[in-house]
Amino acid sequence: MAEKATGYDAAEAASGGLPQLDISTWGGQIFWLVVTFAILYFALSRFILPRLGSGLTERSDRIADDLDAASRMQQDAEAAEAQYQSSLADARAKAHKINATTKSSVDAEIASEVEAAEAEFTRQSSAAEARIAKIRSEALRNIDDIAADTASEIVSKLSGMKVTAARAKTAVSKA
Amino acid sequence: MANDPMNQFKIETIVPLPPVAGVDISFTNSALYMVIGIALVIGFFMLTMKRQLVPGRMQSLGEMSYEFIADMVRDTTGPEAMKFFPFVFCLFFFILFANLVGMFPYAFTTTSHVAVTAAMAIFTILIVIVAGLWKNGFKWFKIFAPSGLPLPMYALIIPIEIISFLSRPITLAVRLFANMTAGHVMLKLFAIFAAFLVAKGGAVAGLAILPVLGTVALVALEFLVAGLQAFVFAILTCVYLNDVYHVDH
Repeated sequence: MAEKATGYDAAEAASGGLPQLDISTWGGQIFWLVVTFAILYFALSRFILPRLGSGLTERSDRIADDLDAASRMQQDAEAAEAQYQSSLADARAKAHKINATTKSSVDAEIASEVEAAEAEFTRQSSAAEARIAKIRSEALRNIDDIAADTASEIVSKLSGMKVTAARAKTAVSKA
Repeated sequence: MANDPMNQFKIETIVPLPPVAGVDISFTNSALYMVIGIALVIGFFMLTMKRQLVPGRMQSLGEMSYEFIADMVRDTTGPEAMKFFPFVFCLFFFILFANLVGMFPYAFTTTSHVAVTAAMAIFTILIVIVAGLWKNGFKWFKIFAPSGLPLPMYALIIPIEIISFLSRPITLAVRLFANMTAGHVMLKLFAIFAAFLVAKGGAVAGLAILPVLGTVALVALEFLVAGLQAFVFAILTCVYLNDVYHVDH
């Protein structure tokens, strides 16, 4: 391709040739190229590229942070759920326990009341039995007296003998 | 003037300035379009610097440009070459905007001048040489002598490697300059031909539609070339920068 360019030069040299090959303009072109390229390099490397680059890294950092935060929140949610489940299980266990203890205490109360009632009943019935026995023995003793009286009366009526109360009594108890 | 397809490349002084060290540094149309080019690049990136978390359209464009060149440097040369990322970025956008601005009718294409493209190419190669020597010392010259060859082969390989290395700035410069020049000459020739046919008048004037269609197609092609050549220059710079970091190849 370089040959083609020089070929043009030879062919067109008479009619002015390629303006590109006019060496007198090269210095000025290169001077302005250096000036403009230096300004462009300064502006881009100092101001524009660092800002673009930091914007990009900021965004990727932010995305990474957000992903981290999201996974952390998920872990938190899972932990909260586990806690909720365990407290639910606790509450359930407690309810069971309360149920059981209430039942047993009610049972015990019923049992103790039944026992008390039975004790009261036996006490009352034994007291009644004692009273009946007492009344009965009293009645028996009265029978002896009545029998002695009756006997002494019968004896005095039949024989006209006076029988003392004591003798009559011993006689009756002997009979 | 309109009939000379080479006229569009003519350097014209706009503001004459006194020469410095024998160099005429007058402000020319070429200098004007370089200033326009960098002003557009800087202006474009100023618009992209909103720094919102969720980018808008312009910010996305800026970030895409950044990632595009950053990936190019990282993938082609390696992460250690990110020092040169601003340089490659500047090269790419300087050339891209120079090429695109040159597509406007009556605009001047600064990259169609071999002085400009050669200066950029030689500067790029000088950076490779200086950075290579800076980093590796004289071991850097091993890039001309690939290891693991039988000794007599070096007599052949070393000159070939040196020639291929020295041809890099030439190909880099000529590729861009020739592409831009040839494209613009072709466009001008098609346009001149259309004007010529119309000037003939009559039934022949109707045939002018063909070169006009050709011009339209060429404009599309030239936009492709404008981007492609900027890309090629930037990626070849990355490939050449490879020699700074990977001496043993």
